[in-house]
Amino acid sequence: MQTLRNAVMSLVVLTILTGIIYPLVITGIAQAVFPARANGSIIVKNGTPVGSEFIGQQFGSPKYFWGRPSATTPYPYNGQSSSGSNMGTNNPALMENVQARIAALHAADPGNTEKIPVDLVTASASGLDPEISPAAAEYQAARVARARGIDISQVNSLIQADTKGRLLGIFGEPRVNVLKLNLALDELNK
Amino acid sequence: MTANSVFQIIIYFAVLVLLAKPLGIYMARVYEGQSTIPGRVLAPLERLVYKLYGINPEEEMGWKQYALSVVAFSIVGVLAVYLIQRIQGALFFNPQKFPAATPDLSFNTAVSFVTNTNWQNYGGENTLSYLTQMAALTVQNFASAATGMAVLVALIRGFKRHSSTTIGNFWADLSRGVVYILMPLSVIFALALVPMGVVQSMGKYKTVKLTQEFTYDNPKLDAQGNPVKDTQGNPVTEKAQMKEQILPMGPVASQEAIKMLGTNGGGFFNVNSAHPFENPTPLSNLLETLAILLIPAALCLTFGEMVNDRRQGWALLTAMLVVLVPLTFLCAHLEQGGNPHFASAGIGQAASALQSGGNMEGKETRFGITGSAIWATWTTAASNGSVNSMHDSFTPLGGLIPMWLIQLGEVIFGGVGSGLYGMIIFAIITVFVAGLMVGRTPEYLGKKIEMYEMKMAAFVVLIVNALIKIGTAIAVSTKVGLAGISNPGPHGFSEVLYAFSSFADNNGSAFAGLNGNTPFYNIIGGIIMFIGRFWVIIPVLAIAGSLAKKKHVPAGLGTLPTHTPLFVIFLIGVIIIVGALTFMPALALGPVADYLMH
Repeated sequence: MQTLRNAVMSLVVLTILTGIIYPLVITGIAQAVFPARANGSIIVKNGTPVGSEFIGQQFGSPKYFWGRPSATTPYPYNGQSSSGSNMGTNNPALMENVQARIAALHAADPGNTEKIPVDLVTASASGLDPEISPAAAEYQAARVARARGIDISQVNSLIQADTKGRLLGIFGEPRVNVLKLNLALDELNK
Repeated sequence: MTANSVFQIIIYFAVLVLLAKPLGIYMARVYEGQSTIPGRVLAPLERLVYKLYGINPEEEMGWKQYALSVVAFSIVGVLAVYLIQRIQGALFFNPQKFPAATPDLSFNTAVSFVTNTNWQNYGGENTLSYLTQMAALTVQNFASAATGMAVLVALIRGFKRHSSTTIGNFWADLSRGVVYILMPLSVIFALALVPMGVVQSMGKYKTVKLTQEFTYDNPKLDAQGNPVKDTQGNPVTEKAQMKEQILPMGPVASQEAIKMLGTNGGGFFNVNSAHPFENPTPLSNLLETLAILLIPAALCLTFGEMVNDRRQGWALLTAMLVVLVPLTFLCAHLEQGGNPHFASAGIGQAASALQSGGNMEGKETRFGITGSAIWATWTTAASNGSVNSMHDSFTPLGGLIPMWLIQLGEVIFGGVGSGLYGMIIFAIITVFVAGLMVGRTPEYLGKKIEMYEMKMAAFVVLIVNALIKIGTAIAVSTKVGLAGISNPGPHGFSEVLYAFSSFADNNGSAFAGLNGNTPFYNIIGGIIMFIGRFWVIIPVLAIAGSLAKKKHVPAGLGTLPTHTPLFVIFLIGVIIIVGALTFMPALALGPVADYLMH
């Protein structure tokens, strides 16, 4: 009985300490010192929030860069239901999906005979990946330039400006933020 | 494998060992009750906690009392986590107005968090209120980790003490782990994660306007909310227009920090640390990955420090590294190899300066192959179980590695505390096997290993093995079990085998294609997680109690030294033979058959 009493009391005390005080103190400090980051790193355009720097969006028009395929349901890039495809490499459904994505890329850009960078036809882990590889951006540059009637060098310089390298040249992978790149393209056409 | 990949892996391991050393010594001082600098600041909090519990920390417990306290604390924990989920709809900190979680899911999640497994059948962002995430899940992230460390410390006392009937006070060990170790590290870590982009907010989910609107096929629902099906039984859909995106919020950083440090691994969001709001950048990924193994690695050195022979700690740490380092390289190499089916489809999978290449299905661009492979091997070596990529989509052999690391019994680092007490059990078995070979009474750290210790050690090893296989057999021979499988062929079997390995060894990661949120998997999984945790803890504490009673025997000519390379090799051999060869037939039916089907 004494043991049970101790168990209940210690859980109550630890709940207050680690379950209420700890997260609320961290929230208080985070909101005071890093409000933009703590609230989702929202990008605002003309006073309207148009997305988060860290959460990708669905793009399918030839004049925008496309991001990673997203396996969230019932629609891609569903912020309320992050998910990968969880398909094994031998799953025939994976190959069907990939073939459909290849067909869509070719339909939007018929003359392009380059190899398609793998990240552009495979679903990300989160379904919300905000980024693509620089190779995947380069693959799409000519299509985007043509669809917008602008010079490809303009598109390439925007890609360059939006490319992040590895941390200290070592950690992570080089990558391009798709939403930021597309917003920059829209600015260009104004 | 690329040169960068090799370089990244080497640096990850080097930084881990460098950080583990000072933390290991610090933790030894905490559990010995010695003075430390953070200790002087936090001592009033420790005293306050004892006053509120109403306990005397100096009051010593025998092993049975210690075990009873662990079990009582855990059962009360299960009830609390269950209850909070069931009534979250009526409580505060629930801006999205989530209703109660279902009874079977609540049970599974409660056992999962209390046993430090953190198997995730819930989708955080659409199931759990902020209060549940904080007061139920975050609390157990601290409590289950501190419990594992307490049991380890009790076992170490068994070796240190002689002619003693007690092994410490559980409430004091539990509280010291939280107050002096887990809490300060979590505060620092959480505040480091926020500026990188990990969210920390109590507010509602945010709505943003999409740059490009799109249409999609929305499943049609009838008046009861069930999907409508046509005459062929296919779901009926209707076109819908999407103009906005809803971004989830929550107190994420505070939970992320302890989730990584305490080898918990239950994500705030469904996809865990693959979610950009949990793990937004290469830097956050580096720190979170290191946090997986930091405490388990440091505890090896704590052990050496506490038994007054640092070489003993380094020997165990070396054995763990000798297994994990090559497997990390191998996993990265296999994933970099890519998907062979893609070769003829005009897809570029080769690594270059502009892309990571490789098998990118289920992986995030910012982590690429290397960052995903390091995480996958570390999180399964430790019983963390968080993921930053989807293991289900790994290549068959690339995915075999994380599964095998779990099946080694979660002793290659393993859970905080639980990994090292498991490893010490294997060391006991090793000295016993060595003793049999030369006909001497086995000793470990100056204590004779006899029949009673061996019986308990055998219990520990056998039960987990049996749970995995019995569970898998039940699932693949029943309709309800088979219904959860999502991939066809041997890969589907791998999903089930992985799940039961994860339950029994308290890892918590998944081949997530398996739909585990059904009454069958929720209930059987919950039961197996519970047995897998306590059927190990109780024999371990029994060994602690038995060892504490014994006298120290001075090392003699016939004593096998347990800090030498010979012992390390012997220990690894025993782990691989006992813990892994038993899984060869099952692995042949799953990942190996899957590989051969290419």
